[in-house]
Amino acid sequence: MAYLFEMKSLSASYGENIVLHDVNFTVNENDFIGVIGPNGGGKTTLLRVILGLLKPAKGNLVFNSELLDGNRIGYLPQISTGDINYPVTVRDIILSGLMIRKGVISRMSVIDKTKADNVIEELGLWGMSKSTLNELSGGQMQRVFLGRAIIGNPKLLLLDEPGNFVDTTFENDFYEKLKDLNSRMAILMVSHDVGTISSHIKSFACVNRSLHYHPSHEITNEDLQAYGCPIQVIAHGVIPHTVLKIHR
Amino acid sequence: METSIFQYSFIIKGLLGAIFASITAGLAGTYVVSKRMVFLSGGITHASFGGIGIGYFLGINPVFGAAVFGILSALGVEYLSVKQKIREDSAIGILWAFGMAIGIIFIYLTPGYTPNLMSYLFGSILTVSNADIIALGTMSVILILYFGIFYRTILYISFDEVFARTYSSYVDIFKYITTSLIALTIVLNIRMAGVVLVISLLTIPPNIAMLFTRVYFKIVVWSILSGFIGTATGYVISYYAGIPVGATIIFTLVIIWVAVKGTIQLIGVISKMNNSSHFRHSKL
Repeated sequence: MAYLFEMKSLSASYGENIVLHDVNFTVNENDFIGVIGPNGGGKTTLLRVILGLLKPAKGNLVFNSELLDGNRIGYLPQISTGDINYPVTVRDIILSGLMIRKGVISRMSVIDKTKADNVIEELGLWGMSKSTLNELSGGQMQRVFLGRAIIGNPKLLLLDEPGNFVDTTFENDFYEKLKDLNSRMAILMVSHDVGTISSHIKSFACVNRSLHYHPSHEITNEDLQAYGCPIQVIAHGVIPHTVLKIHR
Repeated sequence: METSIFQYSFIIKGLLGAIFASITAGLAGTYVVSKRMVFLSGGITHASFGGIGIGYFLGINPVFGAAVFGILSALGVEYLSVKQKIREDSAIGILWAFGMAIGIIFIYLTPGYTPNLMSYLFGSILTVSNADIIALGTMSVILILYFGIFYRTILYISFDEVFARTYSSYVDIFKYITTSLIALTIVLNIRMAGVVLVISLLTIPPNIAMLFTRVYFKIVVWSILSGFIGTATGYVISYYAGIPVGATIIFTLVIIWVAVKGTIQLIGVISKMNNSSHFRHSKL
């Protein structure tokens, strides 16, 4: 299986504050990895390093040049980054996912607009292409941002806390959609909700300053303890020693 | 004969002033209103008064001093907010008063009479020179080209800066350029509306436009149109009534906004009443 990127003894820090230390991590084609860990443990920092927003302090990050020229990454940030009252249409927001391959002088071609319309249809946003975000529900907004992330047909999709969008009716559809997308792209999903994501992902990465890869979608409290990655799995729980697969 | 030539050039000047003011204020104002930068723009405006004072003191064109002050304060606030060294609204509040203070001190220190001071505070078409009109015209061309060529880049950076940073390393450069152009737009329009009123020239037209549309590009077009109607009407009224032009323009724009909003709401209420009476009829 071809790898997409590889981190070798990578460290990342904000000034003096080391957030990630000596991380070794490989992501391959068609991976679906849940990135979990306590708040402030470095989950978002990991995404920032992959996106090139933060330069590694030590070590390196190598992309597979054939699959990933450093550009072919889709990114779904936490909802708070865009202003929902901004006067920009759903179609234009989705089109912004193509800016990666365009220069600053950008015209969208008919092909680009057709791509956007296809994504709008695929994500069930038909009829909303001229709406602005404040006319949509939380789940619909999430789909718009997902559309922006996938319109360029990336090889790697990064999702930052997609569960934050409060719309339980769409939650299952959303994970079904991800499963579908996973056949053509690797997915890295940051979440604090281990219970919910464990039934959808293929493996875990526990991030708490260091990174431990767990090659299964079932994870126990002991595993988390051993990885030095304390999170509130018990909150879902029956009794300790819970295997999460049981309860969804 | 002389009066008619004077009147003729006065009308041309007013008309060109109105056109260029609405184009520059429409383009810059849509950006300012969409990005919620109204307070920042107010700060830039008042900070530029410091440059006006220094201009008087040094005997250079006060507009030039205002431009330097306006751009430096705009870049300063952007820089501070990027580095997050200070709360942005506090920085603006300090700059706002500091600029005014510098202006007042230097005007006080300027020996003799300071001509046209009131026109900088409250605006006056009488003191608008041909050079001012040419400067506003040039600014219109620059803004049309800038927003036309980089439309999507500017739109997307201002909508979602965090996401824009994932694909572009030009985010900060564009922010600095756009903010500088807005500062220049404000300074050049001070001659028309004055330091105290110019911010409304930027903010009212986009708010009229947003009563009709929520699409950025259309807001620009409607802003320019409504800005022109307000500016030209205000100009004519001020000429015949002999009242200050800046204040009259702002007054006219607010009246337009209220009238349009009122009409839209009235139409809404009427169509609701019609619908409900239809509904009652159909039930019967």
